[in-house]
Amino acid sequence: MSTAFKQALEDGKFVVTSEIGPPKGVNLDPMKHHIELLKDRVDALNVTDNQSSVMRFPSLGGTLNVKELGAEPILQMTCRDRNRLALQADLLFAYSRGVRNVLCLTGDAVPVGDHKQAKAVFDLESVQLLHTVRHLETGKDLGGNDLDGPVEFCVGAIVTPEADPLEPQLLKFEKKIQAGAEFFQTQAIYDLNNFRAFMDFARQFEVKILAGIVLLVSARMARYMNANVPGIFVPDELIAELEAAPKGEALKTGIRIAGRMIRELREEKICDGVHIMAIGKEEVVPDILAAAGM
Amino acid sequence: MKTITRLKDMDKIENSLAGDTGVCIVGCGTCATMCRTGGQEQVASMKRSLQALGKVLTGTLVVPTACDELSPQAVRDHKHAFDDADAVLAMTCAFGVQTLASTLMRPVIPALDTLFLGKEQAVGSYSEICMQCGECVLEDTAGICPVTACHKGLLNGPCGGTNKGKCEIGNDTDCAWAMIYNRLQAMGRLDRMRKYQPPKNYQAVSKPGKVQIPLQGSEAQ
Repeated sequence: MSTAFKQALEDGKFVVTSEIGPPKGVNLDPMKHHIELLKDRVDALNVTDNQSSVMRFPSLGGTLNVKELGAEPILQMTCRDRNRLALQADLLFAYSRGVRNVLCLTGDAVPVGDHKQAKAVFDLESVQLLHTVRHLETGKDLGGNDLDGPVEFCVGAIVTPEADPLEPQLLKFEKKIQAGAEFFQTQAIYDLNNFRAFMDFARQFEVKILAGIVLLVSARMARYMNANVPGIFVPDELIAELEAAPKGEALKTGIRIAGRMIRELREEKICDGVHIMAIGKEEVVPDILAAAGM
Repeated sequence: MKTITRLKDMDKIENSLAGDTGVCIVGCGTCATMCRTGGQEQVASMKRSLQALGKVLTGTLVVPTACDELSPQAVRDHKHAFDDADAVLAMTCAFGVQTLASTLMRPVIPALDTLFLGKEQAVGSYSEICMQCGECVLEDTAGICPVTACHKGLLNGPCGGTNKGKCEIGNDTDCAWAMIYNRLQAMGRLDRMRKYQPPKNYQAVSKPGKVQIPLQGSEAQ
């Protein structure tokens, strides 16, 4: 069985995905508005799973909204909040409701979020979750029991091309491929030369790579990420470009930078597509794509 | 390896002792002494604090090892101190608290929180070494335990939060997988890290931990 997203990957087109962050609460209107706005511009929409360990409306619920509004969802699934029983059960439910793309993640640490005293689960982690999905596809659960009705998913994972040190990250990337990952959405990249070097390594494997594009909205944000977010490196030239923006125009500059990167990745066929993360600014994703000439 | 303990907030201890006037303090000569949480000095200091709160100290003692068989003996040797006490304040690990509680028909109040089994890396700086998971993986991880030393207990390599050899949770915590990678690489054994580690068996030890290990060798005769 092929999902529309998997078909897009296999067709060899330059694939575009973006992400939807579910709300804290049950007012789903802004999320639905973002889905409506993006659904015809992208090949699939990720729905984040208690992102940054902040409790929200669940990713599974969000993917159903994406389906209902006629778009293709990618279910982000972390191992932080559920043990192997709950993860498998949610995969069965997702499949039953037509949610067939899964991004397997370990999940952020509990202390970075808003429920700092919570018990972290991590019964499984990303590589084991990938194995689990592939195992369910054989018609058995992790307990070795038969499933009444098989499942089939298009399975992805993440990789951090700017990780420091990089070598252990690449080793894990290979383990994820062996575990069955078909596609990767990367952590944000900003230095295309570094990314080209990563792609030289990644090209030896039969997997699709979507470069992570995180919209920069100010020089301050770029500096903050450089100092505080592991695996993110914004080069000085980009920070200077944001700094040089006239007052009130930094967002516009960020859109131009993101668009320019996407255009270069696409025209030079550096990777198989992009995953655009416009954290809190989903409404400008169409502008980013326009700036990329798409 | 020792049991690492930390003194509770005095407010909390005061609350736990509310309504009890006569108090006997018990310290421990082993781990709690080495952690400077339940040795002679800390017991004497606690005595002054409790007296300032209006408590009557019926006795203070530091038993050699609060968790073992000698504690009941020490309790018998200081019978009056315990008999006159409304409550016993244990400046020991939780094992010591439970040993005392099983010996005495008196409320035993923990003055310390028991944190983990570990070692003192520098004065006052303690690190956890083993979580006793019952399924040792150290043969594949260059003698560094990812179950314990990785914040998420990951078995198949570092997460995206690894940062210049440190963990994303901060506190200057080392990334266990960066350390494991470096050692395996230096030893030419990276194949160990490439090996897929399946999910752990969390029933390797029953909960609560209880096991009957048959005698081996000459002891089995």
